[in-house]
Amino acid sequence: MIQLTINGKPARFEGDPDMPLLWYLRDDLALTGTKFGCGLGLCGACTVHINGEAARSCQTPMRVAAGKRITTIEGLSAAGDHPLQKAWEQCNVPQCGYCQSGQIMQAAAMLKTRPHPTDQDIDSTMQGNICRCGTYQRIRQAIKMAAGVQA
Amino acid sequence: MTTAITNVSRRGFLGQIFSAGALVIAAPLVPKMKGAQTWQPSVYLGIEPDGTVKIVAHRSEMGTGCRTGLPMIVADELEADWARVQVVQAQGDAKYGSQDTDGSCSVRDFYDTLRTAGATARAMLESAAATKWGVSPEECRGQNHFVVHAKTGRKLAYGALVDSASAATAPQQGAVRLKTPDQFRYIGKDIPIVDLKPIVTGQAMFGIDARMPGMVYAAIERPPVMGATLKTCDDAEAKQVKGVEQVVMLDLAKPPYGFKPLGGAAVIANNSWTALQGRKKLKIEWDLGENAAFDSAAYKQAMLDTARKPGRVVRETGNVDTEFAKDGKGVKILEASYYTPMLAHAAMEPLAAVAEFKDGKVVTWTCTQNPQAVQDTVAKAVGIKKEDVTCHVTLLGGGFGRKSKPDYVAEAALLSKQVGKPVKIVWSREDDVQFDYFHSPAALYMKAAVDDSGHPTAWLQRSVFPPIAMQGNPKEEYGGFQLSMGWTDIPYPIPNLRVENGPAKAHVRIGWLRSVSNIYHAFGVQTFTDELAAAAGRDRVEYLLELIGQPRNIDFSKEGMKQSGPNNPKFPFDTARLRNVVEVAAQKSGWANKKATPGRALGIAAHRSFLTYVAAVAEVEVHGSEIRIPRVDIAVDAGRIVNPDRVKSQFEGAAVFGTSIALMGEITVAGGRIQQSNFDGYPVARMNQAPLETHVHIVTSDAAPAGVGEPGVPPIAPAICNAIFAATGKRIRELPIKGQLG
Repeated sequence: MIQLTINGKPARFEGDPDMPLLWYLRDDLALTGTKFGCGLGLCGACTVHINGEAARSCQTPMRVAAGKRITTIEGLSAAGDHPLQKAWEQCNVPQCGYCQSGQIMQAAAMLKTRPHPTDQDIDSTMQGNICRCGTYQRIRQAIKMAAGVQA
Repeated sequence: MTTAITNVSRRGFLGQIFSAGALVIAAPLVPKMKGAQTWQPSVYLGIEPDGTVKIVAHRSEMGTGCRTGLPMIVADELEADWARVQVVQAQGDAKYGSQDTDGSCSVRDFYDTLRTAGATARAMLESAAATKWGVSPEECRGQNHFVVHAKTGRKLAYGALVDSASAATAPQQGAVRLKTPDQFRYIGKDIPIVDLKPIVTGQAMFGIDARMPGMVYAAIERPPVMGATLKTCDDAEAKQVKGVEQVVMLDLAKPPYGFKPLGGAAVIANNSWTALQGRKKLKIEWDLGENAAFDSAAYKQAMLDTARKPGRVVRETGNVDTEFAKDGKGVKILEASYYTPMLAHAAMEPLAAVAEFKDGKVVTWTCTQNPQAVQDTVAKAVGIKKEDVTCHVTLLGGGFGRKSKPDYVAEAALLSKQVGKPVKIVWSREDDVQFDYFHSPAALYMKAAVDDSGHPTAWLQRSVFPPIAMQGNPKEEYGGFQLSMGWTDIPYPIPNLRVENGPAKAHVRIGWLRSVSNIYHAFGVQTFTDELAAAAGRDRVEYLLELIGQPRNIDFSKEGMKQSGPNNPKFPFDTARLRNVVEVAAQKSGWANKKATPGRALGIAAHRSFLTYVAAVAEVEVHGSEIRIPRVDIAVDAGRIVNPDRVKSQFEGAAVFGTSIALMGEITVAGGRIQQSNFDGYPVARMNQAPLETHVHIVTSDAAPAGVGEPGVPPIAPAICNAIFAATGKRIRELPIKGQLG
């Protein structure tokens, strides 16, 4: 049996340890804010935090997630008021909204280590997260707003 | 619009959405068709006794903002307080008129009716208040959720008037006072989308998130080549995967393919991943059939060859041949061939649906652009009546045209019928890319005779592409309605003009993708325009304006268009508006002051599609084989704008979508099989590849609202390619650019 912490709460899993964390979150726990986009770690829609660092949940087998602290978009903030979530609202970033959980989780992890990111930091950190609607310019703007960096 | 708006309060069938005491207004969203049997009320707007205003959004939200924009129109005329408006998503139902959310027409087709519906409800509330106060209704005005009697300062909340208003007859349509634009409360203002908070907190429900109690999960192995048939299927190993419940065979689709599910072998399991694992263990032999000979490289060459031969003439004025024969005697001939590849939609949310077949009825939750087509397709697939299919519409994680075709929903319903439980189907990214309804590849041939000043005296253009009509008739080879998308409607007043279309047979399913044929038609026309300007040594903006010609409303029937319908007086092709967006884009981009330097330049393209006029200026930097796009300026005239920020976002997004098309998008086929399967083989623009800044300049207009979801896409690729030519001298005649530079 695999034990782990999801959004601060203990959780257990008794299925195939090769199953990616993504499907455990979505199908078993109904935490559907974490999205499936490619299954190969190419698009970033499934990004969560594992022990505080951004990770692709579609590429993280449950055996690897064992014992770890997992944070999903649902657990990023108590009231949906993480500075990035607020900035995302202020900049009206989402169009369809599907990739935005992953975008926010990726950006949130970046701000922990780079609280004042440069354009280059943002490019290199966020290029793994695809937005097919093309909201990149507002994502950049919202990250800078949340970080208090001049846009 | 001739049909009346009616008061349908207190009718039992509304109970799902409104309470028994609500004032409910029904308005027809589509004009009554000639010969139609019955009138169907199709939008509902209700005011609850507690004052809550419920507005039914009957179109699908895939990122364009229409689930917010359409209710804004109603709320504005109603004088509702937006904070007290609740948007209710409609199920699929013919009573709503067309719910097929494509063609960039949600606002365009419903603006007038939604305004009238809101104004009618307001008039009824005003009238109810007037009766209570014993004053003339003329003296009462709806104002931000109250009816106000200005003379005496009295006011009554909408909620308090619902009871008496709902007993009244709706006023005649002509008797309803619509606002003047200066009175608009919401139209023309930036309003955040209603789903904003749920999206940023991960609570929004997309099709892939829908669940039903007791559901199982399915993954289907579909025929790898269009028309392939099953020889053998060994499912023994698949069934041994822990969590796999069974393997179910689905009948294979036969042509015409329409929206039919493709069929194949379905692995039913206890979660999505197990279903996918089980599917990997299937051992299937296919008889690939005649389309196994399909090879996209050979097909491309064949299309380019066809484009060099005479085709069907779809528009003609003057005589291009006479003019071309003067080659070297007063005119110079220029010609070029262009090619654009097959494309996949690749919305971030792959196709997904959950469905339950029970007691001869189907209930489904899905991400669809077209819930009535879901009803049709599912009903046909499982053999029930359309009315017995309930389609709940979730948010869509992108659509771009693919989610208008509900083959995936029929899969879930068919499987549920077979296994006796609700079934959830989630397409893998590989499924999504390989079993798409692809955007056609296209070959274009352009030829012009130019005079001494470089101005064309004759212009021939010919396009060749496998048509969408293959869905209904697999043998169809000509472009049909797709030719009116930026091809027969070329606006240049050239005295000798011929527009042609050549044949191409489809070997994969073809469908529409954001802006459809405008993508390749604009690429051909706008690149060739730039080539002519370059040959004449002219400034591109000046030359483009010269070709568009003097401001005029084009009467295509008088300019040689075959089978042109009547000119639509509401949406004439007004070249003044096209000229204007060119001038605005040039001015805002700093065109005049940003002369090309080696490796850095601007390019321009302009195109009208979905009745909207767009010009784009792209600034590119080329370093070897690397392309950066520091800035794009897009000028848009889409008539009256409902939600400017959402319109801007559509054009910002179109710049990125167009960049993907220009730089990297390409689906190829070998042995009938699609060669790409995920974002590695089929890349789309990422943050570091997308334009760094896109500036959208909306032209203020009181013309009828036109499309915004699609028209931003067509000019982007030619603008980028024209900029590359200005920066490097390298002319891009084939997309994608990938591999052609450096």
